[in-house]
Amino acid sequence: MSIVNDQLEVWEVFIQSKSGLPHIHAGSVHASDIEMALQNARDIYTRRGEGTSIWVVPTTAISASNPLDNDMLFDPSNDKMYRLPTFYLMPEGAKHI
Amino acid sequence: MNLLQEVTSDVFQDKIDQGEYIEPKDTMPEDYRKHLIRQMSQHAHSEVIGMQPEGNWITRAPSLRAKQILLAKIQDEGGHGLYLYSATETLGISRSEMIEQLHSGKAKYSSIFNYPALNWADIGAIGWLVDGAAIVNQVSLQRTSYGPYSRAMVRICKEESFHQRQGYEIMTRMMRGTKEQQQMAQDAMNRWWWPSLMMFGPHDNDSPNSNNAIKWKIKRESNDELRQKFIDKTIPQALLIGLTIPDEFYKLDEKTGHYTIGKINWDEFHNVIKGNGPCNKQRLKHHKKYHQEGAWVREAAEAYSKKQKSKLK
Repeated sequence: MSIVNDQLEVWEVFIQSKSGLPHIHAGSVHASDIEMALQNARDIYTRRGEGTSIWVVPTTAISASNPLDNDMLFDPSNDKMYRLPTFYLMPEGAKHI
Repeated sequence: MNLLQEVTSDVFQDKIDQGEYIEPKDTMPEDYRKHLIRQMSQHAHSEVIGMQPEGNWITRAPSLRAKQILLAKIQDEGGHGLYLYSATETLGISRSEMIEQLHSGKAKYSSIFNYPALNWADIGAIGWLVDGAAIVNQVSLQRTSYGPYSRAMVRICKEESFHQRQGYEIMTRMMRGTKEQQQMAQDAMNRWWWPSLMMFGPHDNDSPNSNNAIKWKIKRESNDELRQKFIDKTIPQALLIGLTIPDEFYKLDEKTGHYTIGKINWDEFHNVIKGNGPCNKQRLKHHKKYHQEGAWVREAAEAYSKKQKSKLK
């Protein structure tokens, strides 16, 4: 049996909890347009002052990397250790560096 | 199982054993996905159906303060349902399918909500005992292996302790009140105590879904372990405000420091799950009615959105 989807579009919600901090994914909401998505996100994810700013994005607009590619994609580049500060030798007695 | 499935399943189990979380796009055994959909949608439905017994008391709350608190609590329950639907949708099932499964009876909800809230003391008992039992379960589920479920639980637990405290406050105030109020509180305790203990599900030996759930770390503690935690926390709270435990066999085991209780009536539990509880039909009928009567709102919203989009073209 096919089920009619009458539950509106899905939007991903990102909340900034304090100014200066990044927006963090909170969950999703259903809404027919941006205005409703923002309103629903406010009602559902910020009932206790959790937010200073909300972003909503249609779920279909998000592209995600494939976890199966993780080894290749997030190769830590062990052969490029010069990217880390600990790679460098500092002279004895050097301070604040 | 073919070779590929076996390899996948070994890799998956290794990940679980190392304490890693599973995210929506990760490879997972079909049974893991199915188990989560069943458990999480049931959890979501329970939050939403759970609004009904309490909603019944909004217009009859004894003070403006009590009414405001009850409204906020019920709004939270709706919110918790939505966090959980949102998390379940990441497993590839739509909200419409979940609602359809609730309406057809394929998906269940916690049978505790098939008991009626008869008077104001029940609102106290529900917050204190029912939400109290739910918290014990949900605190444990914060470490469940599926990322979106775990994150929803963290959010829910932050909000839930207000629910339990407001319930205990109602019970405390009634126990400090008139004789009639004390009797009402005790009566609510008598009716909600055993069903609350049943919320943790059958004993470990009789729990058909538990083995895989523990192996996959969907469940982190067994039904009986969680129930014991609830009992040990709640009995002293009851005694503190002068309530009697409606169990002539309960006692504190001095050696272990744990309370032991009498036998749980599992016939009642299974009977309510089968649909023969006091309010099963009413709860589902109510949900269907408002879902259907709200259809025009969703249709109107979509029509409006379409019109706005066509204006932009």
